[in-house]
Amino acid sequence: MIAALLFLAAALRISVPYALAAMGSAVSERGGVICIALEGLMLTGALGYTLGAYATGDPWLGVGAAVLAGALVAWLHAEVTVRFRADQITSGLGINLLAAGLTRFVLVRVFHSSSNSPRVPGLPEIPLGALGRLPGLGALLASPLVLATIALVVVVQFLLFRSVFGLRLRAIGERPEAAATLGLPVTRYRIAGVLCCGVLAALGGAWLASEQHSFTDGMTGGRGYIALAAMIVGKWNPAGAAAACLLFGAAEALQIVLQGSAFPSELLQALPYLVTMLALAGFIGRATAPRAIGVPYDPEEA
Amino acid sequence: MSARAARWRLLVALAPLVAVLAALAAGAIFIAGIGERPLEIYALLFREALGTGYGLGQTLFRATPLLFTGLAVALGFRAGLFNIGVEGQMVLGGFAAALVGAYVPLPGVALALAALAAAALAGGAWGALPGALKARFGAHEVINTIMLNFIAFSIVSYAGRTLFENATVRTREIAPAAELPRLETMLPALHGSPVNLTLPIALLLALATGVLLFRTRLGYELRAVGLNAPAAEYGGIAIGRTQALAMTLSGALAGLGGTNFVLGYKHYFELGFSGGAGFIGIAVALLGRNHPLGVIVAALFFGALSYGGLVVNQRVPRELVEVLEALVILFAISAQPLLERAARRWS
Repeated sequence: MIAALLFLAAALRISVPYALAAMGSAVSERGGVICIALEGLMLTGALGYTLGAYATGDPWLGVGAAVLAGALVAWLHAEVTVRFRADQITSGLGINLLAAGLTRFVLVRVFHSSSNSPRVPGLPEIPLGALGRLPGLGALLASPLVLATIALVVVVQFLLFRSVFGLRLRAIGERPEAAATLGLPVTRYRIAGVLCCGVLAALGGAWLASEQHSFTDGMTGGRGYIALAAMIVGKWNPAGAAAACLLFGAAEALQIVLQGSAFPSELLQALPYLVTMLALAGFIGRATAPRAIGVPYDPEEA
Repeated sequence: MSARAARWRLLVALAPLVAVLAALAAGAIFIAGIGERPLEIYALLFREALGTGYGLGQTLFRATPLLFTGLAVALGFRAGLFNIGVEGQMVLGGFAAALVGAYVPLPGVALALAALAAAALAGGAWGALPGALKARFGAHEVINTIMLNFIAFSIVSYAGRTLFENATVRTREIAPAAELPRLETMLPALHGSPVNLTLPIALLLALATGVLLFRTRLGYELRAVGLNAPAAEYGGIAIGRTQALAMTLSGALAGLGGTNFVLGYKHYFELGFSGGAGFIGIAVALLGRNHPLGVIVAALFFGALSYGGLVVNQRVPRELVEVLEALVILFAISAQPLLERAARRWS
């Protein structure tokens, strides 16, 4: 029982940054803008957190800096893809390269190290009293970002499917011309979607940096791409994406449990990618992208 | 066409150059920001990368894998496919070449040829998979190639458990017969630089890609599918088959990109040897406008940046080069539609 609780807690903990980034890309893509820039946005968020927490000593200001940095980089992606109408996939890859290079550049210039920053404070735990003594889950529920993530799943799901903003954003992701005919500002909504994505993914990066109390070069280690995969397996739904993240998190937790055994951990490592390919090929229900995804909206052509 | 419209069309054609200049200008702000003189740094960078025999050899060595990956991405683009899996295809190609070179008992040139063929086969198979999935299920190749990159890394790391030398992440050295000689043995001016026989192979393949694309039936079909798939289908071209074939060829080119390091430089496979050449290949294809000649020029440019970045590292962190590469991509994709729109408006 306790082992199961500990395992669940580990899986949940691992899946937090994935879920944040995956939900972000769901919002962006529902509006019609592909965002494979998650890796770069998370990395930017992690560095933002570290710089903020390092400069002020306050982890919450670190989170603020992460959100700001993520929004800034996402805004670049939005300008390039929505306003200049450039290819969204290429821009995402460019953003990922830019973030990798820029974070390393800053690391070298500010911290005079090509590998890691000095130690910074992590986010404080919430005092829970007796509840906090529960094995595994106690420590988990005491972590503010875990609770925030669980709340955000509900909020983002509501935002996309039960709010006016979400209805309009999804209409713009399906048929931008029709939405524009109704007087919706397509460009502004799309940019807003991408900015949401930047903020959420950067929060995921901030969590990673807070957990390890520092920034290390390339610390996201492909997590942005796993989040992207989860978003697809979750069929462009925030709640579905979060569930997929929990599955992928469990696979990762299992790797840690099986460490040292003869079982090939590489198989578990590759699991998220295999599941995603199966989902795309239609073996796990049909994963269908929003109709106007990847297509820039040109008001002069409409 | 008015003279003004002609001028705008010329400007659109020059979009890649505009992008490079804009990226260098943005990079200059970074350089100035850390208290160095931008022009001096750029002059030093390009003088060292292109001005001496050794520097040129280093630049060419770094341009070689980019030629392969740039061609691979360009070939895919021509067929309307975005092959982001070049990195994984290249890693598997290098791994296959290293295994054949180390374990297959073949004499002389036959071994080198077998190792090259293994690289092309492994990369080609890894490209064929998303191609077939696209043809059969309509599964988007972008996501599948991203996924296959990571699966390739997992495969290599799993196989490495038994194949890597003790306490390292590299394979056994290949037999001397599989080694591709350095060019300095023929061109003493390049003395000391690791540029090797893989470079002329890459140039030959650039020529072959050009012939394939613009002088053969298959190339015509491939470009027709890329330009307008429904029209191509109406004209009797099997879209699925053509795209699967394009992905296979693209993967084979990418796989061969792994041989520069494995057969021509270190003579073994090592985890992380590719240094992201698969992703820079996208920038190369973009800047080279998916034309083999353009790819050659762009690969040379990024090769020079890569080596020049090391030279100026004392004064400006070499990470600047990565920032420049990314900026070139972002500016290139932005400049093209911006200039086109301007051209439309003014003509």
